Amino acid sequence: MTDVKEKGPEVTLTLPADTGNGLKTQEMIINMGPQHPSTHGVLRMELTLNGEIVTKAIPHIGYLHRCFEKHSEAMNDYAKVIPYVDRMDYVAAMNNELGYAIAMERLMDIRVNDRVEYIRVIMAELQRVASHLLAIGTFGLDIGAFTPFLYCFIEREKILDIFEKASGARLLYNYIWIGGLMNDVPADFKSDTAAFVKSFRPKIKELNDLLSMNRIFIDRTANIGVLPEKVAINYGVSGPSLRGSGVKWDLRRDDPYSIYDRFEFDVIVGKGEMGTLGDCWDRYIVRVWEMEESLKIIEQALDSMPDDGDVQEAIPKKIRPPAGEIYCRTETPRGELGYYIISDKSTSPYRIKARAPSFVNLSVLPAISIGAMVADMVAIIGSIDIVLGEVDR
Amino acid sequence: MKTTEELHRLLSAQFGDETCELKPDEKVEPWIVVKPEVIRDVAKFLRDEDGLRFDCLMCLSGVHYQKENELGVTYHLFSTSEKHKLALKVIMPEDNAQLPSVEQIWKTADWYEREAFDMFGIRFDGHPDPRRILCPDDWEGHPLRKDYQVQEFYRGMKVEY
Amino acid sequence: MQQFLESFLPAGPLVVFVFSIIPLMIILVYALFAIWLERKVAGHMQDRLGPMRTGWHGWAQTIADLLKMIQKEDIVPAKADRFLFKLAPFIAFAASYGAFVAIPLSSGYIGSMIDVGVFYIVAITSLLSVSIIMAGWASNNKWSLLGAMRTAAQTVSYEVPTVVTILSVIIVTGTLNLMEVTEMQTGNAFLGFLPSWLIFHSPFMVIAFGLFFIATLAEAHRVPFDLPESESELVGGYQTEYSGMRWGLFMLTEYADMLLLSLVGVTLFFGGWNSPFGSFMEGPLWGAFWMLLKGMILVFVMMWLRWTLPRLRVDQLMNLCWKYLIPLSFVNLVLIALWEMIF
Repeated sequence: MTDVKEKGPEVTLTLPADTGNGLKTQEMIINMGPQHPSTHGVLRMELTLNGEIVTKAIPHIGYLHRCFEKHSEAMNDYAKVIPYVDRMDYVAAMNNELGYAIAMERLMDIRVNDRVEYIRVIMAELQRVASHLLAIGTFGLDIGAFTPFLYCFIEREKILDIFEKASGARLLYNYIWIGGLMNDVPADFKSDTAAFVKSFRPKIKELNDLLSMNRIFIDRTANIGVLPEKVAINYGVSGPSLRGSGVKWDLRRDDPYSIYDRFEFDVIVGKGEMGTLGDCWDRYIVRVWEMEESLKIIEQALDSMPDDGDVQEAIPKKIRPPAGEIYCRTETPRGELGYYIISDKSTSPYRIKARAPSFVNLSVLPAISIGAMVADMVAIIGSIDIVLGEVDR
Repeated sequence: MKTTEELHRLLSAQFGDETCELKPDEKVEPWIVVKPEVIRDVAKFLRDEDGLRFDCLMCLSGVHYQKENELGVTYHLFSTSEKHKLALKVIMPEDNAQLPSVEQIWKTADWYEREAFDMFGIRFDGHPDPRRILCPDDWEGHPLRKDYQVQEFYRGMKVEY
Repeated sequence: MQQFLESFLPAGPLVVFVFSIIPLMIILVYALFAIWLERKVAGHMQDRLGPMRTGWHGWAQTIADLLKMIQKEDIVPAKADRFLFKLAPFIAFAASYGAFVAIPLSSGYIGSMIDVGVFYIVAITSLLSVSIIMAGWASNNKWSLLGAMRTAAQTVSYEVPTVVTILSVIIVTGTLNLMEVTEMQTGNAFLGFLPSWLIFHSPFMVIAFGLFFIATLAEAHRVPFDLPESESELVGGYQTEYSGMRWGLFMLTEYADMLLLSLVGVTLFFGGWNSPFGSFMEGPLWGAFWMLLKGMILVFVMMWLRWTLPRLRVDQLMNLCWKYLIPLSFVNLVLIALWEMIF
């Protein structure tokens, strides 16, 4: 691999110091956020503008820093960390729990039974659909399309109902535990989920008709915020943002965890259909089609899910992992979520570090936003799909 | 696809035995400890050498080893083409926690090194923008150190409540 | 109308007063209704109900909001230009209210029978952009300023296709007085049953209406051209720093503007106060009914678009105007003129 020097498109924007009629022009520095409708939380962007064209963008983060790592060290119980990981990526809490549970199980060498694995996978994929729905909806909202946002929310609501029946919570579940689950799924879980999958399929087409193929939407997102493949890898971008750049890379397939190797599904990559490969539209459409793939996984899992098995049989009474360290990564809707856990044989982690996908994905923003307009900035931030809870932890 | 042992053999051949040391861990994954001075060269070697091609820095984490009075940085590397992983560690004394930045090798390190500086006070030489990232710029102390004492007041506001 | 008022009111200033606040009353009642309608339209398009708690299907929601807005603190940013900041919403509303003078609301009511009605409307509505630039500048906020700059560019550009399409109608009618324009469209002459509205006059008039409608969407800052206040990019554009009733006035202006431009469109293309059924349901009161109904239908289309489409980017907006709308409207103007010469 050659040295990556690309820093986004080369722009030479020189401002005339004097327009000739005595009027002076100068660049304007503007704060986008932390209170801004389209920064998906409390991100602050320091933009240097030439007119409406961004010549420099510096993200400032940390407004939502809740000391996840420090708290976890002081928690004195590995199990108590789970509600905290929920709150990192609060729109994909199941996936966060799953990642943490798997990391801990590998560290402690715990095997869970098949029923637990299947329920986990179904939950994680449902959560992925829910999270992508939110990402797609808010992306549309950033572009100015309000209605698809609510259409997405209607569908997301159905998923949250399924979660609520199982865990009692709608956003932060504390459902997947180390070595098992909080409790077994309700009796009608299978039929509920199957009904959702059936009703959701046609909605994807509806969404494409309403938003994805809308001419204005395409004009606003194609060729904007182009993230070339090499830059993406060098910046460590992962998840749909990386696949949008055409890299066929999905941890579920390439570094399987849990029981993902048992399912048939495609890894969706961007193809540059509407513009350049790796533009905002590609990142967006990857999420749309990924929902379809998740539905496939859910269907297969529902078919082969065993009906018996105690979901709590492998939960350890006292969680005291052997001394050692582990880096374990899973694929969340936003990308590679890694947990680096150091255990010193006590009941609390010596060090726990979450490699949050949003954090890494966001760091590529300055490189791909040079030369964009303010309105494109909004599109780029939306297409990277960050959750500030995860960026700041 | 190379194991950590093979990678260690390659690294010692290139940089000498004394700079990198294999730490086997029966439980989970072994790692290689590298001297801070050479980390950038090692990184560049790992990224560019044929058959290694670690093009992706998955994670960079600071660690505070309080008992040993040491600070560490752990690099988790991964190669998308060769599909192997590697954990590298750099251990430094607490009072002189300084090492070359690998920001030029992997851009991911940009924000992670800032985070490690913010949380542990590890200084990365050659980092283009060595500011705090999560805490405010005028925060005192480095929160993830085990001996961290939270400051009493921040700009006139009481911190502990 | 004036004579009618004089018949039971003491003559003099009172008559003039009552006469002149009729459009204001219509605007206020319309705004209450339209804001409620917008919410209902949005709600039903998005598979929800919209306001349901305040009265039957939430009919009093706008009144409740109005009460809330009146009670809100009137905040002026510390470093704002206080005078301009406070003045701007009034000028904005005055501009769109002033334009109603030349609109024939029914066969019995027109504020002023000025001969340059259309010209007057075009002129006075451009005051709106002045007020928005004023608001954006006086707020001393960079987002407001960006919004104001966008407004300036947008209004100046889109006035060209608006005026040119209006001009192509004027070629057909030969008068700038909107009352006379409407009177020309009385009757059901086309093909024996179609009303004699100008839209049916020639195929190019349909194109002219399309261009006019797109341009008015931009003039009224409605989606997909709502860039001056695009809430997801510029926070609130020129409205960012406004709160309470001053913000309410901008809101009112936006809705008044929608009605105004719709009514201009109705008058120029859809027969104004003329009934679509010839002499059936005719008369001054029915005239007002038809006028407002047709206007509301266009307003509804604007709402429909708002809840369906994303927003254009500022350069695409300009492209659309200068590269497509303006050339098309000029070509259309020539074609309509040729049609007039031949037939």
